[in-house]
Amino acid sequence: MITCIINSITALGRFGIDTLQELGKAGTLLFRVVFRLPDVRKGFPLVMQQVYAEGVLSLLIIIVSGVFIGMVVALQGYHTLVKFGAAQQLGPLVALSVTRELGPVVTALLFAGRAGSAITAEIGLMKATDQLSSMEMMAVDPLQRVISPRLWGGFISMPLLTIIFNLVAIYGAYLVGVKWLGLDAGAFWSNMQSSVDFHSDVMNGIIKSVVFGLVVIWISVYQGYETAPTSAGIAGATTRTVVYSSLAILGLDFVLTAMMIGGW
Amino acid sequence: MNNLVEINNLHFLRNNRPIFQGVDIMIPRGKVTAIMGPSGTGKTTLLRLIGAQLQPSQGQILVAGENIHLLSRHALYQLRKQMGMLFQTGGLFTHLNVFENVAFPLREHTKLSDAMIQTLVLTRLEMVGLRGAHLLMPSELSGGMARRVALARAIALDPQLIMYDEPFSGQDPISMGVLVKLIRTLNDALGLTSIIVSHDVAETLDIADYVYVIANGKVIGQGTPEAIRGENTGQLKQFLEGLPDGPVPFHYPANSLDHDLLEGAIS
Repeated sequence: MITCIINSITALGRFGIDTLQELGKAGTLLFRVVFRLPDVRKGFPLVMQQVYAEGVLSLLIIIVSGVFIGMVVALQGYHTLVKFGAAQQLGPLVALSVTRELGPVVTALLFAGRAGSAITAEIGLMKATDQLSSMEMMAVDPLQRVISPRLWGGFISMPLLTIIFNLVAIYGAYLVGVKWLGLDAGAFWSNMQSSVDFHSDVMNGIIKSVVFGLVVIWISVYQGYETAPTSAGIAGATTRTVVYSSLAILGLDFVLTAMMIGGW
Repeated sequence: MNNLVEINNLHFLRNNRPIFQGVDIMIPRGKVTAIMGPSGTGKTTLLRLIGAQLQPSQGQILVAGENIHLLSRHALYQLRKQMGMLFQTGGLFTHLNVFENVAFPLREHTKLSDAMIQTLVLTRLEMVGLRGAHLLMPSELSGGMARRVALARAIALDPQLIMYDEPFSGQDPISMGVLVKLIRTLNDALGLTSIIVSHDVAETLDIADYVYVIANGKVIGQGTPEAIRGENTGQLKQFLEGLPDGPVPFHYPANSLDHDLLEGAIS
C-alpha cells in the first residue's frame, strides 16, 4: 500500500518535471527564434513563402467554413429571434458572434488542423531525413533558416485569415437572412453597423487571433523540431500539435474573453 | 600540425549507457582514414561528435587545432564551413532540385553572382558525374545518385575535411564502385582529409590509408589496411571475416532455452 502511494507520488513528480522541462525547451526555442537579429535580405522571401504555404493555401478551408458557419448562425439566430419579434437584430447577432468568438476560435482551430499539422510533419520529416543536421553541418542555423520563417509566416497569416473568415461568415449570414429569409437589407446592415464597436468587438477579436496564431505556430514548430526522428514519432508529434493547439486555443479564449470583458 | 582531427580520451554516454570509453583517434591531414566497427558501436555518433552536433561527457576533440566543443556559436559555424559531411540518407533538401541543393551552401555563405554559382555548381556536379541530372528533384534520384549529389554539395565550399557516414551501405555494385572511386579521387585531387565511417570491410580497406576499428566503446585495432588484414585477434578477426559467432555472440543475452520453453518464464 505504502509502496503504491510512493510510486504514485514518484510518477506525479516525474510527470511534473518532464512537463516543466518541455515548457523550458519550448520557451528557449521561442526565445532563440524571436530574439535574434533578423537577416532581412534572406529572411523576407522565406517568410513570404511561408505566408503563402500557411496562409494562402489555408484560404479554401477558411472561406468554405466561414460561409457555412455564417449561414448556420443566421438560420439558427433567425428562428430564435423571430419568436421575440426581433428578427431585424439578426445582423448584430451574427456580426458580434463572428467577430468576437467564432472568427478567431474557428479560424485558429482550422489553422491548427491545416497548417499546424503540416508544419510539424514537414519539420519532423526534415529531421528524420537528416536535412536539419546537414544544414547545421553546412554552418546554416536551422532555427533561422527553417523555424523562424515558419513562425513569422504563421504569426502574420492568422489575423489575416481571421479577417477573411469574419467577412465571409457575415456574407454567408447576409445570403441566408436577406436573400433567402427576406429580411430587409438596409436594416440588416444598419443594425449591424450601429451595434458593432470597432475597438471592443472587431479589434479584440483580431487580438485574440494574434495570440492564437502565435500559440498554434509555436506548438507546431516545437513539436516538429523536438520529434523523435521516426515515422511513429512524426505521427505522434502531428497528433500532439492538433490536440495541444485545440486545447490551448479554447483555454486561452476563456482567459482573453474574461480579460476583455473585465475591461483590461 | 600534421593531424587535422585529434580525439583524446573521448567518453560519451547516451541514456546513461556508455558509447565511448576513452577513445583516442588521430586523423592525419590529406589522408583517407576509416573508422570501422559493427553496427551500433557509435560510428555515426563519433562523426556527430567531431562536427560538434553532440557534446562528449569527457575528453576533447581538436579540429584544426581548436577544441570544437569550446568554441562560440559563431566560431563553430566558421569552422564548419571547412567541414563537409555526407549523411547516410544523403540529407538532400526535398523541396529543392539537384542544382539548388548544391548551390545552397554557396548562396548561404557567399555573395557570388548567379553566373558564378552556376559555373561552380555545374563543375561540382561534373566531378560526381551528375551534371546532366541538375534539374531532377531528389525524389527522382536513386540512392547512389542522391549520395553523389550530397557529395557534390559537401565539397561546394572547398572544405578541408569531409566525413562520410556509411557511404556504401545499400548500394549496388556499380554505385559502390563509383563511390569508392569518387572518394579516393576527390580526396587526392582536392587535397581533402577524409573520414569514412563504414562496416563494409572490403571497399573501405581498398581506399583507406589508415584504419581504426572500434567495438564496445573502445578502439580494438588500428593500422594500415595491410596490417589490419593481418590481425588475428578474436573480435577483430570476427568482424573482418564476417564470422557469425565469436567474441560478439550470435545470440542476444537471454535465459537458458530450457528455462524459457519449459517453465513458461516469458512475461
